[in-house]
Amino acid sequence: MLKTFAKGGVHPPENKLSAGQIIEQLSIPKTVTIPISQHIGAPATIIVNKNDQVKTGQVIAKSSGFVSANIHSSVSGKVTKIDAIPDSSGYRKQSIVIQVEGDEWDEKIDKSTQVKRDFNLSSEEIIQKIGEAGIVGLGGATFPSQVKLSVPKGMKAELLIINGVECEPYLTSDHRLMLEKGEEMLVGTKILMKALQVEKAIVGIENNKKDAIEHLTKLAKNFDGIAIQGLKVKYPQGGEKQLIKALTKREVPSGGLPISVGTVVHNVGTAYAVYEAVQKNKPLFERVVTVTGKSVSKPSNFIVRIGTSVNELIEAAGGLPDDTGKIISGGPMMGKALSNADVPVTKGTSGILIIPEGESRRGKIMDCIRCSKCVGVCPMGLEPFLLMSVTERSMYDRTEKERVMDCIECGSCSYTCPSFRPLLDYIRLGKAEVGKIIRSRKA
Amino acid sequence: MSDIVIYTIITVSAIGVVAAIILYLAAQKFKVYEDPRIDKVEEALPLANCGGCGYPGCRNFAEECVKADNLDLLFCPVGGNELMKTVAAILEKDAVEKAPQVAVIRCSGSFEHRPKINNYDGASNCTINAQLYSGDTGCEYGCLGLGECVDACTFDAMYMDEQTGLPVVIEDKCTSCGDCVRACPKDIIELRNKGKKDRRIFVSCINADKGGVAKKNCAVACIGCTKCEKECKYDAIVIENFLAYIDFNKCVLCRKCAPVCPTNAILEINFPPKKERVPKVEDKGVLAEKQADENTNLIELAKKNNDPEAKG
Repeated sequence: MLKTFAKGGVHPPENKLSAGQIIEQLSIPKTVTIPISQHIGAPATIIVNKNDQVKTGQVIAKSSGFVSANIHSSVSGKVTKIDAIPDSSGYRKQSIVIQVEGDEWDEKIDKSTQVKRDFNLSSEEIIQKIGEAGIVGLGGATFPSQVKLSVPKGMKAELLIINGVECEPYLTSDHRLMLEKGEEMLVGTKILMKALQVEKAIVGIENNKKDAIEHLTKLAKNFDGIAIQGLKVKYPQGGEKQLIKALTKREVPSGGLPISVGTVVHNVGTAYAVYEAVQKNKPLFERVVTVTGKSVSKPSNFIVRIGTSVNELIEAAGGLPDDTGKIISGGPMMGKALSNADVPVTKGTSGILIIPEGESRRGKIMDCIRCSKCVGVCPMGLEPFLLMSVTERSMYDRTEKERVMDCIECGSCSYTCPSFRPLLDYIRLGKAEVGKIIRSRKA
Repeated sequence: MSDIVIYTIITVSAIGVVAAIILYLAAQKFKVYEDPRIDKVEEALPLANCGGCGYPGCRNFAEECVKADNLDLLFCPVGGNELMKTVAAILEKDAVEKAPQVAVIRCSGSFEHRPKINNYDGASNCTINAQLYSGDTGCEYGCLGLGECVDACTFDAMYMDEQTGLPVVIEDKCTSCGDCVRACPKDIIELRNKGKKDRRIFVSCINADKGGVAKKNCAVACIGCTKCEKECKYDAIVIENFLAYIDFNKCVLCRKCAPVCPTNAILEINFPPKKERVPKVEDKGVLAEKQADENTNLIELAKKNNDPEAKG
C-alpha cells in the first residue's frame, strides 16, 4: 500500500489538463512590473533609480533583513517607473516597472544548457549563493530558502525532503519540471543536501504522476542518497507537515518547525532554482507557470519572466474565454482569485486557473448541521466549525485555545461543507486576530 | 407522632440559628468596603456597556470616576455633558465640557459613483474581505459595503442604504460611542464635532492615491487638487497624500470650500440651501445658475446621506 498522511484529507477531481504539455518559453513582454515584496518577510530595498539601464539578472532590490530576499531584473532595459501598483490582492505595493530593450544577460550567468553535475563548495558558500540569487520557496509559500537552510543552533537536520507532490488539482508545473529537468533538479537536491550536511534525501511524488516517478527513479540511480517515493493521491499532501508525516511517520509538534523532527522540506521548483543559481549563477527571475482551466482552449505550461502580466499568459494560452467567472492565481484549493488580470507574475505564482462562470460561484450559505465532515477532513485534527463560530463571536481566547494557529489554510473544510459555510474565511480572520494578540503579548 | 414534628422543628431551628451566627461572623470578618458612590454613579450611567468611554463596561467606568482625582480624562459619550455634570455632582468634582460628537462616513462611493469591477462572494464580513483583497471596486480605501459597522452599533443608529451600498448614520440616535469606528477595517468612519446647529462640513473621502488614479476609480473621490486648501482662510484644511482633511476645531463653517471642489467630495450637512446670487453680467449668469444647481445637488446628496426620514 502506498504511503500517505494519517489524519483527514480530501480527494478533489484532479483535472490535470496540462500534464502532457511540454514547457514552452513565453516570449519576453514589452514591459515588466516587479513588486519588491514577493516573499514572506521584509520587502526588499530598491537600489535602482528611474531611467537606470538594467540587465537581465541584475539585482534591483536588496534583501532588507534576515527574513527577506533579493529581487532581480527579469529583463534588460530601462527602469521607467518606481511606484505603488496594484498586486494580486488589489492593494497598491511598491513595484519597479522596466521597459524591455533586447535581452542582455548579466555576464556572470552561464547560458549553456548542458547539465553540470560537479560542484565544490562548502555549506556556507552554497547558502550564501542561494541567498544572493533571491530564491524563495516556489511551492507557493515563498519563504526565503536561505533561512530554511540555516539550521538553528542545537538542532540537526537528518533528512531532506523534496516536495514533488503537487496535490493541488489542475496544476502541472512541478510535474513537467520533474519530467523535463529531472537531472538538474536532482543535482539541485544534491546541492541542498550538501548545504544542510545530510546524507539522505527523499523525493515525494503522488501516484498520479507515474511517469515522473519512473523517470526520476531511473535518474536517481546515479545519485547517492536520493530516494524516490510514490505517495497515495490525497490533498493536502503537499503541506510540509503532511508530507513529513507521510514519508517518515514523524509528527511536527504544534507550533514547531519541520527541523524540530530533523527534516527540511523544499519544493522541486526550488531545487531546480538552486541548481541554476549554484551551477549556472542564474538568479531567480523566471519560473514555470501552468495556465489552465476547462474552458481554456490551450492549457499550457510556460517558463515566464517574473513581472509579466497575467493577461499575456492568458493570451498565450488561447485568450480569455467568454464565460469566465474567476481567474485564480494558484490552484483551486489554496489559490486566490484575482480582482484584475493585469497583475504581474511573481515568484509565488505556480499557476493561473480560469474557472467558467457556472462553476465559479459559491453556494448559498446555510446553517451548520453539525455533520462534522469538516472535523473529519481536517489534516491538522482541528474542529473548523468550532473555530468559525468562536471567531464569529470574537471569542479569540477560545479560538487560540482551539489551536487556530496550527491551521495550514488548506481549505479542505470549506470544500467539504454541505452547507457551504465560509469556514476557512473565518479561520483566517481568527488566525490574524490571534496572531495580533500573541505578538502584543510578546512585546 | 407530634413529638417527631416538635423535635424536627426545634432541630432545624437550632441549625438555622447556628448557621446564621456563623454567616454573620463570616460576613463581619471578610467584609469588603465598597464606596457607595460607585453604585450611585453607576445608576446615573446609561448602562449600555458600549465601551465608548474606553472602559470595558459602565461599572468599570463608575469605579474609575470615583477613584480618579478629577474627571478631565473621563467622559461618557453616550450620556454627554449632562450626564457628566450629574456624575460630577455626585462625586463633588468638576466636569469638563466636551463638544458633542457624531460618527460620519467618509466615503461617498455609491454604486453610481464607484463602479464594481469584480464581485466578492466570500463571507459577509468587512474584515475578512479587507484581509483578502482591496474590494469590489478599483478604490482600495473605500467602503466595502458589508455592514460590519451596522452590526457593531449598539444603539441601532446605523443602517445600510441599499441604493448606494453605503452605511448611513442616524444622527439623533448616534451617541458617538465609537464602536463603528473600531469595527471598520478601512478606518472610514470618524467621530467629528456635531457643530453649531448640527451643521458640519467634511471631506467625504479617504483615498490617498494620486488624483488621476483616485478619479478613475470613483467620481466623487478627493483628488488632492488643493483648491479647497487655497480657498480656506482659517488654515482648517490640510492636504496630505493627495487627500484633503478638514480640522473641525478650526473650521468656522463659512462654506467657501465645498463649491470649489471639482469632484463634490466635500459634504455640507444640515445647511439651508444657498441663496441664489443675482447675476451681474449676462454671460456670467449661466455660470452662476450652474453653480446654484450644483449646490442644490450637493445638499440633496448630503441630505440623502444623513436624513433618516428621507429614507424612511
